[in-house]
Amino acid sequence: MSRPFIQSRPEIETEASETVLNMGPQHPSTHGVLRVVLKLDGEIVTDLDCDMGYLHRGAEKIFENRLYPMIPPYFDRLDYIAAVSNGLLYVETVEKAMNLEIPPRAQYLRVILTELNRLSSHLLWLATHALDIGAFTVFLWSFREREEILKIFEDFFGARLTCHAFRIGGMSYDAYPEFKSAVMALMDIFPKRLEEYETMLNENRIWLSRTVGVGIISGADAIDLGLTGPPLRASGVDFDVRKAHPYECYADLKFDIPLGDSGDTFDRYLVRMEEMRQSRRIIIQALEKLPDGPVMAKVAKVIKPPAGEIYHSVESPKGELGLFLVSDGTTKPVRLRMRPACFVNLQSLKKMAVGSLVADVVAIIGSLDIVLGEIDR
Amino acid sequence: MTIQQIVFIVFALIITAGGVGVLVQRNPLYSAFSLILSFIGLAAMYILMGAQFLGVIQIVVYAGAIMVLFVFVIMLLNVRDDELHPDRHKYLLYIGVPLGLGLIAEVFYVVTRVQIAPAITDMHATGTVGTVERIGVGLLTEYLLPFEATSVLILMAVIGAMHLAKREKE
Amino acid sequence: MPLLLFSQPFMDSPLIPLIIEWSLKIFFIFGGLMTALAYLTWFERRVLAYIQMRLGPNRVGPAGLLQPLADGIKFIFKEDIVPLDADKFLYTLAPIMSLVPALTCYVLLPFGDKFVMPGLNREIPLHITHVNVGVLAIFALTGMGVYGIVLAGYASNNKYSLMGGLRSSAQMVSYELAMVMSIIGVLLQAGSLDLVEICKHQAGWFGMQWHLFTYPPTGIIGFFIFLIAMVAETNRVPFDLPEAETELVAGFHTEYSSMKFAMFFIAEYANMVTASAMATILFLGGWMGPFVDQFPLLGPVYFTAKVGFFLFLYVWLRGTLPRYRYDQLMNLGWKFLLPLSLVNLVLTATIALFFM
Repeated sequence: MSRPFIQSRPEIETEASETVLNMGPQHPSTHGVLRVVLKLDGEIVTDLDCDMGYLHRGAEKIFENRLYPMIPPYFDRLDYIAAVSNGLLYVETVEKAMNLEIPPRAQYLRVILTELNRLSSHLLWLATHALDIGAFTVFLWSFREREEILKIFEDFFGARLTCHAFRIGGMSYDAYPEFKSAVMALMDIFPKRLEEYETMLNENRIWLSRTVGVGIISGADAIDLGLTGPPLRASGVDFDVRKAHPYECYADLKFDIPLGDSGDTFDRYLVRMEEMRQSRRIIIQALEKLPDGPVMAKVAKVIKPPAGEIYHSVESPKGELGLFLVSDGTTKPVRLRMRPACFVNLQSLKKMAVGSLVADVVAIIGSLDIVLGEIDR
Repeated sequence: MTIQQIVFIVFALIITAGGVGVLVQRNPLYSAFSLILSFIGLAAMYILMGAQFLGVIQIVVYAGAIMVLFVFVIMLLNVRDDELHPDRHKYLLYIGVPLGLGLIAEVFYVVTRVQIAPAITDMHATGTVGTVERIGVGLLTEYLLPFEATSVLILMAVIGAMHLAKREKE
Repeated sequence: MPLLLFSQPFMDSPLIPLIIEWSLKIFFIFGGLMTALAYLTWFERRVLAYIQMRLGPNRVGPAGLLQPLADGIKFIFKEDIVPLDADKFLYTLAPIMSLVPALTCYVLLPFGDKFVMPGLNREIPLHITHVNVGVLAIFALTGMGVYGIVLAGYASNNKYSLMGGLRSSAQMVSYELAMVMSIIGVLLQAGSLDLVEICKHQAGWFGMQWHLFTYPPTGIIGFFIFLIAMVAETNRVPFDLPEAETELVAGFHTEYSSMKFAMFFIAEYANMVTASAMATILFLGGWMGPFVDQFPLLGPVYFTAKVGFFLFLYVWLRGTLPRYRYDQLMNLGWKFLLPLSLVNLVLTATIALFFM
């Protein structure tokens, strides 16, 4: 009986003792519609191949046919877990191309919202990563704080997931009156909640045996593969766009970049947990320093960046998110090309996972924190 | 007919059916399960004879452990019916049939000629035949040498298996 | 041969009231058991929900108490899917092979001492039947349960199912060894394989001479080995590798739906109760406890409470621990639990020989 769409890929040659396991696109722990074709010897992975594109919507092509102010909603739907960071990337790139000066209040608000988004993204990562390894309770606990953050988002943006209030030149509106106290209240309880997760995981023997030494990637390999974000920093490479090329008001804020040393799954976990603490630090500083004033710069009614090419990148929760803009001086971009963080990070899966067991593949995919909306675009 | 006899006949049929199944099934997994069926019937026979310990051990060891490994291997190798070559050992037919007939003749002889029922001992009277105590005492007194020899044999098999598995890995 | 039972000699023999007694006991035990199993799912979901700071099922009936009924109806009405390339005979046989041994165990479990029915003036032992090798018989039956899982894995013709089946057969064979080794100390003390005798052996010390406390520290070591092995034998978190949701989708029951899936589900919960009952009987004195001599009806209450404790433990573990990896599970079983249980056995024998 011929049913080609579920047959294994013909190009994968197998030895007698090997089997091909088709993981995804419908699988509980490939975080969406990623398809991983694994070549297994028993349960040991001897080779793997990622098949992407099940969520391809042609976003980059759509951009070319939209006016500049029409594009932000598309960005919310790329990395839908970190919509704010994606939106920030787009408006900043256009602002950079147009050489716009953003009012300080808008800058601080943007940083607060982006860092809140980093918290919610990392919490969702923690939830799903823990669930992949079987810690069911951490999964649901993480949603508690994420829910609080999403409530703030709902009050601010009117949306919980695909939220954007950033406009080219600033923000479309100012924060709602209780914004500051709501965020502060959340930040007060946050460290205690983080400690709760760490009690569940940090000294849990099973958690340690599932993550320590699993999916190791060295710093040199990580650089070669173009890894960015927490996976890169877990391998001990000190690179964070917020420090390396500060944008918005990050230069005025004090925060540390947590680094790992062994580059295994546990280090990636630790780095992200520490990043949440640092994000909280940033948010509190920014809230305290939050200046008064307008939130929108003077921008022309019709947005026409001058002709030329420009690259800009921000540190999204997943890694360095870059955007390459080619403009011909008209109202539509000629080309908008993403440097997706998850897509590049996912390329390291083969390096990390070959030689380990099926269960490790799941743990490694979880530790890379991928979002298929951004990978497939 | 007493209830015992009825139960005996039922389980005798199950054992026979299981045995025949092992031979006629093309799928090795079906053969394995026929064998398990046969083992379960045999265990029931032991229990019927009052040897509860032996009956249960029959299930624990043969059906519960050894056959699990058999099934494990069959599943690992994933032998399908079409990969088997039943014609290859055709000469076995000429040896097997006379041997089988001989066995049937022997059984027939035993059933018809040997009429001495096993002696009723005090064990039967007190209902302790085949209990843990009897078997334990028997193994560690009267049959100590065979018992120890068997354990040495099993130990050798274990070491041999480990050796084989290890060499293959290198 | 039903006529045989009603023929004249049989009517006069004491067999008839015995058969009535058995039938009633089987009816009540299995009726109660199936209800208890259904409510075990409700219990698990509620407790897990509280651990995870959510509410759990609370819509159907008061406090969600009719949820198991709703689940049952849903299972019955779901479409029963058999994959095209599945081995249909084995595919149907597998859930049966899984459920039948799981339920058969209950004929052997004693949950109380004799009970005198008022008015009838008959002593009714509170167990359906008892054999003098009860412990082994339970192990034999639970050992048979693995075939259901293995068959399901093979017959589904799905690689995830196959891997689940392979994992489970290896896991159950491995942990069975440590499990059996861990209880030999208990059998040494009780001097019997009969579950009723083992319970009665723990009657001293005001009903508290449980094997957990005797021959210290071997009782406690044996108890914990048994506890770990029993969780592994029943394929529950953190040893739920055969059905590891995030790795193998649903393991051996990936392809199963409707009542066939429900049968696996019931079998899993039935095995949990059997394992808990075994732990209770072997280490926590079964129905023994203070004042059981004066009030025999306290026996089943104690027994249920102890089994309930273990069931809560299962849920608690599920709410707390992540999942082991396959090789780590094997290491734990073969390199830690098995040697430890062997040492424990020698220690118990030494204590029995020299100090008792």
